[in-house]
Order: sequence, then C-alpha cells, then structure tokens
Amino acid sequence: MTINARTETRTASGLIAIAVCAFIGLAMITIAGHVQATSLHDAAHDTRHAAGFPCH
Amino acid sequence: MLTRIVTSALFAGFAAGLIAAALQLVFVQPLLLHAEHYESGRLVHFGAQKASDAHVDTGGIDWHRDGLSFLFTTLIYTGYAFLLVSAMAAASMRGISVRAKTGLVWGLAGFLAVHFAPAVGLPPELPGAAAADVGVRQIWWFATAAATAVGLGLLAFGHGWMPWMAGAILIAAPHVIGAPHPLNLTGPAPPELAAGFATRALGVGLVAWALLGLFSAWFWEREARHAENLPQTA
Repeated sequence: MTINARTETRTASGLIAIAVCAFIGLAMITIAGHVQATSLHDAAHDTRHAAGFPCH
Repeated sequence: MLTRIVTSALFAGFAAGLIAAALQLVFVQPLLLHAEHYESGRLVHFGAQKASDAHVDTGGIDWHRDGLSFLFTTLIYTGYAFLLVSAMAAASMRGISVRAKTGLVWGLAGFLAVHFAPAVGLPPELPGAAAADVGVRQIWWFATAAATAVGLGLLAFGHGWMPWMAGAILIAAPHVIGAPHPLNLTGPAPPELAAGFATRALGVGLVAWALLGLFSAWFWEREARHAENLPQTA
C-alpha cells in the first residue's frame, strides 16, 4: 500500500468514526431528552425541564 | 479514531453529567417542586385572596425520582460529549490543535449552542407554563442548536468574510424567524419562580458545559498520547 493510499484509508475511517459517534450522541439526546413516549417522558421529566428542552 | 472518541466521550460525559445532576438537584429542583404546587392547584398565586408564601416545604430527596434525574442527566451529557468530541476529532483532522485548556472555549461554545441560544426563544420552562405545541417547539429547538453550532464553527474556523457572514446569519436566523409561542399565557406559578428557574437552569448548564469542554479535551489529548505510545498495528 502506498503512503497516499494509507493516508486516504485513515482519513476515510476517521470520517466514518466521527459520523458514527455524532449519530450516537444525537440519538442519546433525542431518546433521553425529546422522545414523547409516556414512560420516557415521566422518567426524564425533571432533567428535561432543567436542561431547557421542550417537555410537554 | 473510533476508540479514542468513544473513550473520551464516555469519561468526560459521565463526569460532567454527574456534576450537572448534583447541581440541578441542589439549585433547580427546589424551584421545580415549588412550581408543581401551583401546577397541581395546591397553591394559588393569581387571583388568590392571600399572598403566596415564598417558602414552602418541597420535601427532601426522593430517591426514585432524583435517581432517574441523575441517570437521564448523565445520559444527556454523555450524548453531548459524543457530539463535542466528534467535533474535536473533525477539527484535529483538519490540523486544528485541541488542548485541555482550549477545551473550555469548546465547552462555552457548546453551552451557547444547546442552552443559551434556544433559551432566548424558549426559556427553560417551569412545570405548568403555557407553551406552543411540543413538536413544533422541538423542531425549533433542534434547528436553533444546530444553526448556532454550525454558525459558531464558521466564526471560529472560517477564513475571510464569507464564512463569517454565513456564521452570523446562521446564529441570528432562528431568532429572526422566531420561536413558537402559545396563543394565551396561562402559567399558574409566580413570575419570580419562573425567572429564578430559567436563570439557575442556564447557570447549571454553563458550569456543566465548561467542565464538559475541559474534560473532553483533556481526555482527547490524553488518548492521543496513549495512541502514540502504542505500537502501530496497521
């Protein structure tokens, strides 16, 4: 593998890692902070108010 | 890269989340519980014959309820950490150095994006406060946080007037468009409580995000040193 090809592979895997981790973060915030399912809403109620999320 | 982001985000997010949860419990929760007395009608402020007592017994620690708050606050800050460290990783790939000390600036930018900018249109709400449809508010919240984050990124890392102008427009746009507001204001709690609640919620967010930025950058830098010391396997 040439140095250029190796650098390209590393850049691509880095970008994929960033995209995957950003998606995980967004999913955690959406599920814990915004999904309106009753059990989730009730359990996360005080946190959602204190975090400034739209709650009800 | 994946391991480095995940490790940094988990440690930093969990630590900042625990501190945020503790601060919320001490400073924000008493006002929230006080407001619930007005929401339930146990206390009446507007139109009452007798002035409301400013000091009410809101009970002690409720292990079940407060335990869930700890759990969800740490989850949310871990989610924030995943986004923040991903942004730090993207900056590192572009040759921008991320050091523990500059983490503070990253954290303050995060606070502006997900706490302060959304709060300008939709201040942190007391239970029972009048508000527009929750779905519409959530769309405005996400759009404002995203536009502010991208706008701040353009201001910080853009070169020349074009990215700076685009950044400023992105930050201003949600507020020019305006947040969704209710048709009638029917909140039952005294305005003094609402003001205190909003300010304290933002204050806790500021401290937690400053720490989240510091922790994230510190772990990011530490993991980089760790990776350099390991023999290359690929």
